[in-house]
Amino acid sequence: MTQRPIMPFSRRGQPNSRKAEVARIRIKGTRKGLSIALGKGDWHQLLRKLDARLTQAEAFFRGSQVSLDTGRRDLSQPELEELIHVLASHDIELATLQTVSRLASEAAQALEVRLGLPEPIPTHPDTPVPMEEWSEGLLLRRTLRSGQSLKQPGHVVIIGDVNPGAQVIAGGDVIVWGRLRGMVHAGALGNDEAIVCALELRPIQLRIGSHIATSPDEKESASTGPEVASVLDGHIVARPWTSK
Amino acid sequence: MPGIAITFTSGKGGVGKTTVTANLAVALALLGRRVTAIDTDIGLRNLDIVMGMENRIIYDIVDVVEGRCHLYQALIRDKRFSSLHLLPASQTRDKTAVTPQDMVAICQELKKNNDFVLIDSPAGIELGFRNALAGADELVVVTTPEVAAVRSADRILGLIESIGKGSSQLIINRIKPSMVRRGDMLDTFDVIEFLAIELLGVVPEDEAILIATNQGIPLACEAKTPAGQAFHNIAYRLLGEEVPFLPIFEEPETLFTRIRRVLRLSY
Repeated sequence: MTQRPIMPFSRRGQPNSRKAEVARIRIKGTRKGLSIALGKGDWHQLLRKLDARLTQAEAFFRGSQVSLDTGRRDLSQPELEELIHVLASHDIELATLQTVSRLASEAAQALEVRLGLPEPIPTHPDTPVPMEEWSEGLLLRRTLRSGQSLKQPGHVVIIGDVNPGAQVIAGGDVIVWGRLRGMVHAGALGNDEAIVCALELRPIQLRIGSHIATSPDEKESASTGPEVASVLDGHIVARPWTSK
Repeated sequence: MPGIAITFTSGKGGVGKTTVTANLAVALALLGRRVTAIDTDIGLRNLDIVMGMENRIIYDIVDVVEGRCHLYQALIRDKRFSSLHLLPASQTRDKTAVTPQDMVAICQELKKNNDFVLIDSPAGIELGFRNALAGADELVVVTTPEVAAVRSADRILGLIESIGKGSSQLIINRIKPSMVRRGDMLDTFDVIEFLAIELLGVVPEDEAILIATNQGIPLACEAKTPAGQAFHNIAYRLLGEEVPFLPIFEEPETLFTRIRRVLRLSY
C-alpha cells in the first residue's frame, strides 16, 4: 500500500499520559451541547488537568458554552470561582452546573451560575450506559462553501464538497463524500486516532488531534481517488481509501 | 403580471457587475422589455456613468427613501430606449442611508411597472450587499476566471444560502479564449465544477467594452462585437429561451475532454 505523506510541519501536544485522567474528566457532546464531567480527586490537580485538556483542544472549545457536572463533590464558592476562571481563560462560558451537593448549589447560586438538571437516571438500572466520550454524529447533505463552518463534538459525514475557506471541526472522524478542499480538524478534542476520508482529499490544511499538515504543493495532478488520512508514527499520512 | 427583480453581485470588486448590469439592461430594452436598473452602491455610484446618465440625475435612491421625492420622479429615462430607466445611487451618503426594508418596498413598486428590475450590488458582504439582496427574486453571481474572484463567488453563494435566497446563476466575465486555450486561465468548466451552480452566460474580454464604458454607451447597443453578442445571448436566456453558448469557449475536443464531457453529462 502506497503512502502519500502530507508535509507535516508542526507537532504540538503533550506526551501521552492521559490514561489515568480520562476517568476523572469526561467530555461529551449531548443534544444540549458540550458537557464536562469532573470526577473524584484533588480539586487543584483536577483543574490543572482540565486546563491541559482544554489547551489541547483549544480551537474546538473557543467561544463555546459548556455544562459542568461535578456530581457529589462539595464545592466552595472560591473553588467554583477557580473553575470559572480556568474556563474563562480558554474563552469558555459556564452555562450550567450539574451537582447533587447542597454546598455546591449554594456556591453556584451565590455566583449566579445556573443550575442544570442532573442527568436522568436510566429507567432500567441494567441498561448499559454508553461509555464513549461522544456518541452523536452528524450527517450533512450539502456543500460547505467558503466562510461556512461546522463544529461538532461527534463524527461528521458530509455528502457534498468542502470548499476552500470552509472549515469543519469535529471531535470524531470526518467523512466527506465529495471533494475536500477546505480546512478539517478531526479528533479536535485530542483524539489522535481520528481519521479523515474524502473522495478527493485536497485540504488546504488538515489537522488530526494535535497534528497539523498541509497538502503537498503539487500542481493539479490526475485525480488520486478516494483517500483516508490518519496519524502514523506522529505524521499525518494519506492512503488510498479501500475496503479492508 | 409583475416583473422580476434580479440582483447582480460578486463579493470581489472589479469583476464587472456594473458593466454586466448596464449591458443586460440595454439588451433587454432592445428586445422590447420594460427595464429599470437600480444602483445600490451608495457613496460610490457608477452605474449612471456607464449608462451615460450622470448629468441628468436630479433625485436619487436616498431622496426616495427619505421622502424628498416620489419614486417615479427619481427615475431617469434612457435617451435611446424609452422602456429603460435608472434609479441612481446617492454619491454623498453611505450604505446606512437605505435599509433592506426600503429596498424590498422599492423593488415591489418597480416590479409593477417593469418586466425586469436589475439591481447592481456594491462589492463586499456588508450592509450594501444585504440591501442589494433584500428585494431580489433571483440572483446572478458575476465572477472572472481568477482564483480570487471564484473564491469570493463561493463565499457569496454561501451567504446567499444562509440568508435563504433562492437559486443563483453564474456569469463568467472577461474570459480570454486565447489564454484558456493555452491553459493559462481557468476555463468555464473549472469554474462551474467548483461553484456547482447553473451557468447563465460567458462574456469574453473585449476592448470595445472599455471604450463603450468610458463613453457611457453600453455595448449591447451595437451588438456585433463578441461581448455584445454574449450579452444579447444572456438577455435571451433571461427571457427563458435556450441559446447555445458561443462556440469560442468550448474546449478543443480531445479524447480526454470528450470523456470528461460525457461523464459530466451523466451527473
